[in-house]
Amino acid sequence: MKLVTPETPQTDREALAASPLAIRGLTVSYAEKPAVFSVDATFQPGKMTAIVGPNGAGKSTMLKAALGIVTPLSGRVTAWGNPLDTMRARIAYVPQRASVDWDFPTRVLDVVLMGQYRQLGLLGRVKTRHIQTAINCLERVGMDGFADRQIGQLSGGQQQRVFLARALAQDADLYLLDEPFAGVDAATETAIISVLKSLREQGRTVVAVHHDLSTVADYFDWVFVINTSKVAEGPVAEAFTQANLQEAYGGRLATAQIGVTG
Amino acid sequence: MGEEFVVLSLAPIVIGICAAVACAIPGNFLLLRRQALIGDAISHVVLPGIVVAFLLTGVVSAWPMMLGAGAAALVAVGLIEAIRRLGKIEPGAAMGVVFTAMFAGGVLLLEQSDTSSVHLDVEHALYGNLESLIWLDAVGWSSLWDIEALRGLPPELPRMALTLAFVSVLTWVCWRPLKLSTFDEGFARTMGLPVGAIGLALVVVAAIAAVAAFDAVGSIIVIAMFICPPAAARMMTNGLEAQVAWSVLFAVISAVLGYVLAGYGPLWLGFDDAVSAAGMIATVSGVILALAAMFGPCRHRSGARAEPS
Amino acid sequence: MIWDALTLQLGYNATLVTVGAALLGMAAGATGSFLFLGKRALVSDAISHATLPGVALAFVAMVALGGDGRALPGLLAGSALSAAAGLLCVSALTNRTRLSEDAAIGAVLSVFFGFGIVLLTVIQSMSSGRQAGLESFLLGSTAGMLWQDAMVIAIGGAVVLALVALLRRPMTMVAFDREFAAGAGMNVPRIELAMMGLALAITVVGLKIVGLILIVALLIIPAVAARFWTDRVGHVVILAGLVGGVAGYCGTALSATAPALPTGPIIVLVSFALFALSLVAAPNRGVLAAVLRHRRFQARVHVRQGLLALAQGQPIYEGLTLRLMRRRGLIRPDGVATDQGQAQAAAALRDERRWQALRSDPAHEEAAASYDGLTPLDDILTPDQLTALDEGLRPKEVP
Repeated sequence: MKLVTPETPQTDREALAASPLAIRGLTVSYAEKPAVFSVDATFQPGKMTAIVGPNGAGKSTMLKAALGIVTPLSGRVTAWGNPLDTMRARIAYVPQRASVDWDFPTRVLDVVLMGQYRQLGLLGRVKTRHIQTAINCLERVGMDGFADRQIGQLSGGQQQRVFLARALAQDADLYLLDEPFAGVDAATETAIISVLKSLREQGRTVVAVHHDLSTVADYFDWVFVINTSKVAEGPVAEAFTQANLQEAYGGRLATAQIGVTG
Repeated sequence: MGEEFVVLSLAPIVIGICAAVACAIPGNFLLLRRQALIGDAISHVVLPGIVVAFLLTGVVSAWPMMLGAGAAALVAVGLIEAIRRLGKIEPGAAMGVVFTAMFAGGVLLLEQSDTSSVHLDVEHALYGNLESLIWLDAVGWSSLWDIEALRGLPPELPRMALTLAFVSVLTWVCWRPLKLSTFDEGFARTMGLPVGAIGLALVVVAAIAAVAAFDAVGSIIVIAMFICPPAAARMMTNGLEAQVAWSVLFAVISAVLGYVLAGYGPLWLGFDDAVSAAGMIATVSGVILALAAMFGPCRHRSGARAEPS
Repeated sequence: MIWDALTLQLGYNATLVTVGAALLGMAAGATGSFLFLGKRALVSDAISHATLPGVALAFVAMVALGGDGRALPGLLAGSALSAAAGLLCVSALTNRTRLSEDAAIGAVLSVFFGFGIVLLTVIQSMSSGRQAGLESFLLGSTAGMLWQDAMVIAIGGAVVLALVALLRRPMTMVAFDREFAAGAGMNVPRIELAMMGLALAITVVGLKIVGLILIVALLIIPAVAARFWTDRVGHVVILAGLVGGVAGYCGTALSATAPALPTGPIIVLVSFALFALSLVAAPNRGVLAAVLRHRRFQARVHVRQGLLALAQGQPIYEGLTLRLMRRRGLIRPDGVATDQGQAQAAAALRDERRWQALRSDPAHEEAAASYDGLTPLDDILTPDQLTALDEGLRPKEVP
């Protein structure tokens, strides 16, 4: 039974210390119904993990609560064994595209420079090397020709790539992405996944909320299955099973899979 | 443009400019955060603030009233936030409940208390008395270098200038976190920025600008300057830096042109009396907005709106 | 005196005004609830401030035509025209430019109001304008009201209320679900126009009593207050009408008892008092109820999580969880489970396992959807179904 994984505090502490992001007993509730209930997660260093589950299963909510963007009802989050707040410099987050107003008056380059806020501080001058870093990051996502564009002129896929470039500019050890492939074109999906894989090759950790079951095995090596509470967590080969998906998706599994293959 | 201008018009124009710009700068961020009407709410609750301050101190003097108005603004913002969160009421309606009730309370208190001996009334709070802020000690442009004469400047001028300096410096220092948290609040939070504190600080700065300005120019300019110059600037450019610069320019034009039209316009048309400078400044800012809405190069929306999540 | 006022014993004019204010308050509460439910409450703020230039221009026009500038019907007609112009500006700025509606509202209200102030100063400098008393439109004033004026208000209040009653069905549908109303073949833009028209009519009729700065309160506060008591659109509208009516009636009556009690502010404060009462004490959505419910819910979540951790031998990190469990006698002060704690932990774990089995089973599709980590399965399945589920669990349990 996967539910019963008795961990003694000692081994748990070791697991926490090794994990770039570990969640214990996380419950988040909108109104009076938990969207995420008592979730434990231990994301593995140097791996690419997909968070999967049906619509409304609390995937994004879990990520946002772990990062303190929404307030959880209970739970504890650590990064490399330390409180998350002390480790923010090593964590990069790519929010959902729809979470911001793309009519905001700013250029692509400015958005990527936001990723270097920690280096720049309040009043630090933006020097050539900062701009060079930003351009390099745009290059890695194939957007270097767009630095001076107003962000409102970008397509959905291009917006997503700019967000990824901003995260790259943070030069973090842990990358958390919320639905990076939602509503993007095929070229963007390829560009994003190759960037994520290169991050993994550099030994960094990638965690992405993902909705496309057909590509999980191709893109990721670990998987976290959730539907309000955790269903399974482990290497794709072990945890991405028909039984687990059945438990998470129920009757929607057929449509979820048809939707991706058909 | 000589002696008479320096005595009668220089101080009001400079005060008008300072007030307009001090409100327009935070207005840019309020506009982008969809909080434009906070300025409206704040300027309505100035009245109860000054009335309570008067009842407590028994005098009509600047500092207690500004403190009272500032406190009222904070109370209003706190109440709006509390009603919004606790009652799950949309922000616009929460604002409407709070500022009307506080304004009504202010009017009632005013009627109940004996203020006949002092100059304290609703009209004053609404449209100020910009025209009366004359520089009696001036004899001409040379007075600008005369320490004695400068001492005779209306106290509103240094106060407003100081407020403008404070608002400008604070905006400059906090530019990056302000921009970052306005554009993408979730991301800013993951960077460890105190997003809630930044939002509150912006509202407090707006309240300070509003409170300092109302005494000199009245509430109506305050609301107009929070919204119209930034909104017009929004249609001129797609860069935040440029937008703020345009809004400052529009605020200055509104203040100068509005004052001049109010003071001299009726004379040109053959009337004897000047019209309300505060009203005219608001009107000019509206004309600028209308022109920008019709001809501004960036008047149309680009990109999708944020979906409410 | 107050009793006299409330029972309409203060003379013919005062009675007319009080009845008019009550009718107006009912109409305003009902109309305001459509605006509020459509999340457009503050549009009324733009409407009300935009009346000022119209009032002033109407005065000038009537004087220029040789009439009495203070004739109420003329002033109200002017205010309606300029409020309509303001409304058009709001929708033009929102639809044709990148500005959001709140910015458009703020711009229109401040500019129209500012322009109105300019016109007022012009009127003051006119020879016939010194006694115009147009300032009374800012805050409303029922003192020394003429019989014709009182009549205009009473009839106006009755007419808008009748219109609201007539249009309540389509407006309810549009406020509740715009798309559905459109799909059902209703002319949504026209109904929204009617809604705005009603708000405008209420503003205009209320100008003389409440004043243009505060009339917006009558459109917003009753609706917000009513929302706390019910989740049904129709009930919100009726309740808001009641709140508005009570506020209008009591406010006007109270203010008639003393000279230093201005009508508009009193009406607003009465409705605010009703709002404050609703905010705190409403049974379901009220703050007291919500806080209590949230605390109970939070305790439920923490205890459940603590029990599951206990059953699986996992450490409990949260201080609140430990405190709650200690208080309920589930664990001892040193953190070890009591007998009762062990029993409940085992029950919780069994429930969780049952849920797991149920969710893996396509046959229980419907029941599985109600999983939230808290609801015991006993509440959902019959004892027979539970036994069947346990049968399925047993072989897997024993290695």
